[in-house]
Amino acid sequence: MAKAYTPGLKVAARTTHRARRLLPISGEVRVSVGDMVVASDVVAETFMDGDITPMNMANRLSCPAAEVAGLMLKQIGESVEQGTPIARSKGIFGAFKTEVVSDATGTIEQVSSVTGQLMLRGAPIPVQVRAYLAGKVVEVLPKEGCIIENEVMFVQGIFGIGGETEGVIRVACSDHEQTLEADLITSDMKGSVILGGARMTAAALRKAIEVGAAAVVSGGLDDQDLKELLGRDLGVAITGSEKIGITVIVTEGFGDIAMAARTWRLLAERAGRTASVNGATQIRAGVMRPEILVPLEPGENENEIDPTLAKEAGMLDLGTTVRVIRDPYFGLLGEVSALPTEPAVLGSGSRARVLEVRFPDGATAVVPRANVELIEG
Amino acid sequence: MHSDPDLPELDPDRIKVIVATDCGSTTTKAIMIEEVDGVYRQTFRGEAPTTVEEPFADVTVGVVNSVTELQELSGRQLIAEDGTIIRRTSTDDAVGCDIYISTSSAGGGLQMMVAGVVREMTAASAKRAALGAGAIVMDVIASNDKRRPHEQIQRIRELRPDMVLLSGGTDGGNSTQVVQLAELVAPAKPRPRFGGAYQLPIIYAGNTDARDEIERVFTVEDDATGGFDLSIVENLRPTMERENLGPARDCIHDVFLEHVMAHAPGYDKLIDWTNAPIMPTPGAVGDILQTIARTQGINAVGVDIGGATTDVFSVFDGTFNRTVSANLGMSYSISNVCAEAGMDQILRWVHLDMEERELRNRVKNKMIRPTTIPQSAEALVFEQAVAREALRLAYQQHKEFATTLKGVQQQRTVGDVFSQEVGGASIVDGMTLDLLVASGGVLSHAPKMQQTAMMLIDSFEPEGFTTLAKDSIFMMPHLGVLSSVHERAAMEVFDKDCLVVLGTCIAAKGQGKPGKPCFSYRMTGGTTANGDLAYGQLVVVPLGAGETAEVEVSPARGFDLGNGPGKPITRTAKGGPAGIILDARGRRLELPEDPQARREAVTRVVKATGMYDDLEVAPNGA
Repeated sequence: MAKAYTPGLKVAARTTHRARRLLPISGEVRVSVGDMVVASDVVAETFMDGDITPMNMANRLSCPAAEVAGLMLKQIGESVEQGTPIARSKGIFGAFKTEVVSDATGTIEQVSSVTGQLMLRGAPIPVQVRAYLAGKVVEVLPKEGCIIENEVMFVQGIFGIGGETEGVIRVACSDHEQTLEADLITSDMKGSVILGGARMTAAALRKAIEVGAAAVVSGGLDDQDLKELLGRDLGVAITGSEKIGITVIVTEGFGDIAMAARTWRLLAERAGRTASVNGATQIRAGVMRPEILVPLEPGENENEIDPTLAKEAGMLDLGTTVRVIRDPYFGLLGEVSALPTEPAVLGSGSRARVLEVRFPDGATAVVPRANVELIEG
Repeated sequence: MHSDPDLPELDPDRIKVIVATDCGSTTTKAIMIEEVDGVYRQTFRGEAPTTVEEPFADVTVGVVNSVTELQELSGRQLIAEDGTIIRRTSTDDAVGCDIYISTSSAGGGLQMMVAGVVREMTAASAKRAALGAGAIVMDVIASNDKRRPHEQIQRIRELRPDMVLLSGGTDGGNSTQVVQLAELVAPAKPRPRFGGAYQLPIIYAGNTDARDEIERVFTVEDDATGGFDLSIVENLRPTMERENLGPARDCIHDVFLEHVMAHAPGYDKLIDWTNAPIMPTPGAVGDILQTIARTQGINAVGVDIGGATTDVFSVFDGTFNRTVSANLGMSYSISNVCAEAGMDQILRWVHLDMEERELRNRVKNKMIRPTTIPQSAEALVFEQAVAREALRLAYQQHKEFATTLKGVQQQRTVGDVFSQEVGGASIVDGMTLDLLVASGGVLSHAPKMQQTAMMLIDSFEPEGFTTLAKDSIFMMPHLGVLSSVHERAAMEVFDKDCLVVLGTCIAAKGQGKPGKPCFSYRMTGGTTANGDLAYGQLVVVPLGAGETAEVEVSPARGFDLGNGPGKPITRTAKGGPAGIILDARGRRLELPEDPQARREAVTRVVKATGMYDDLEVAPNGA
């Protein structure tokens, strides 16, 4: 087989991006097809059912479940305040009546004659969906949300933490190989998306949080520093809901690793522009990678040639630019220089299908096909 | 089971060429089985990355890629112009196959929430039914799970299950509590993973007297969340003394196929392609293991360590149990294994110098790029150390779950019921275990079989005589689903091509002092050998594949090899590439506390087994 599929991360100078903005449950869509929106606009909203508070009325009234309904002072559908009486027992000869007060504020939804249980529904919880990406509404999904389209520069990271945010891109490192240290982060970077270079240090991240930056994007991160940042060892790569006051995107991987030169250049060239950033990562079913979106002006970046554009998307071929994604060559970029069909024996003793990579210095190495990824266009 | 009305019944005698795929979360594996000289043999295999994710979002792309590899290797055309799998109409046709079958664990597998009235009784039975059907159980809600009702409701709301199994009450017994449970689940409105108007399937398998009330509770009119799709099946615990898990399991399979799979990308097409219902991968593995234990009359444990999860299956005295450790795996979950076990516990198995900070980064890099494979010797040694801990933790969870509650039609006394309430004794017994089968990448693809054998021994700690085997190329899921269509073909392939006997582990149970006598052995038959083992020692006696030896072992006082402490025993041991492994390191297996002594002990085992011989170890650990 001359070609093999190898998934890679997308780094596109210009692409049409569609952001699906959906409510978790049915609700109202606030925009129409053709509307122009900015990232912070609310495009859809709804109310989720409030929290449920169950109350075992039969127990509290010391009566059979079937009698609970007859002892209720408030009926199904009525609103009640916490602490107000909602049921009263008959007592003995009219005396010693027990009064039950509501445990919470809400609406009585159900009183079961089988279990004697009452269900109190709290106030609805508002849920809003913002546009996230500035652009044009191209489709409205009734009651669900909408699709926003724009021409963007699109960079996928490998791992991130923290959710959706936006800010102006500020370049902190002078090139893609410079480590992002704390002294490169200044107080005027508040609210911005900071572009680092290679590894970002724990001190740099702390400083970014301190100055109130929206996000930090850099090539690598030490796991030890991630642990310090989160206050725990991250077990499973499902992120996005962390509340650490910043969104962090790692573009290449863990350890001392420089950002891919092209990725860095593309982002650095957009300094001063607003980017939409999402650190949410899910590396399992429904894989989700963190992303950086920069809406473009008409004609902008149109002449940028994507290195793998001529290749069939997702296919390995001679000359394809790849990155080795496992030790001992972790992080190195090179070109595919041979694609032997027969499996080869690795240093680990395993047999696997391999390819040969030629690095920029002319040296070559044989690596398993599973250990490279395409730098997609 | 479910059957597709569009597909004609197949005459087993006309099935000569079979294509089977297993769509895993990372890789789609295809195998071809052909009848050769009247015997079914697995002939070719191919694999390709699974494509349920973007940019493809269609599982059939990976299926076609993996079958294309089969086609290239076998020279037999299997894929038609329109990209579907060719089914031949006559056995004379030189293209296509007779049947195509598949299992799937892609898209996160089957994720369920389970509810039962009493945690140790109906809820435990419901969990067993769900696990046996191949599900990942996200949470078990029970009236006595020590959470307050509002906490339970909050939890139900947070989960996004594919379906809910609700049980509780014996037939004719009190129905109040199970209805109460339903009343918690219904208003919580758990949102299914697939969102939108997907009706969340609820399977009710509780007290038959409560069915009307359950129907009332789950009937939701005019609801924006899509409401529920309620199925009612026989009670899975009709009496206190009897479990009846079959109907609930079958219903889970049907609902999985009709609702869950139909919503996963490309599965609508895949369902049309297959000649038998698509089974969840672990369900199929469980089926084949039960068949083996039944036909050979043995106790068996199977383990499948994947990227995200580790499944352990056991059959002891005919009772089947399965557990799935959702966050113990070698790629997606590798970081979690390190977090749960601790780096110290992992590194105790390593005989080379490694730097922890660097290793932490490597672990995370494997997590974020889960499809990579170890290239260097050091990476392999470390990965196998992680595997030992993942397996050890998963087996520990399995032993805690597989308790004395028996399966179908097991009569129990009132005394047993009460003993179960306090957490029945584990039925998993290392001493009565006959066969330990390994599957999953890190075990199946280990470059040397000695490595697989030692990973199994170090983590499962078998006692007495135990045959060690591996699933050669992870074929058990394919064979599990094949056994539902063509049992003979499944069993023939299992014996001839699937199971690779690695050797036999003979281990003494008991603790002693290093250097003191543990047991002596004498072998006749396929090999002749004898000797004495001191406590802490491990000796390998070579015995080739297909050979057997009579082994007489005499334990020292306080050690047991199957016949009681200090009593000799003679049994037949099977040979294999790992030979006969005589293990006098004690059970429980404890490595020395002192780092230097521990390193020496591990190095002695590495040398005795030769498992890392011939590996080139770079001086800098690169």
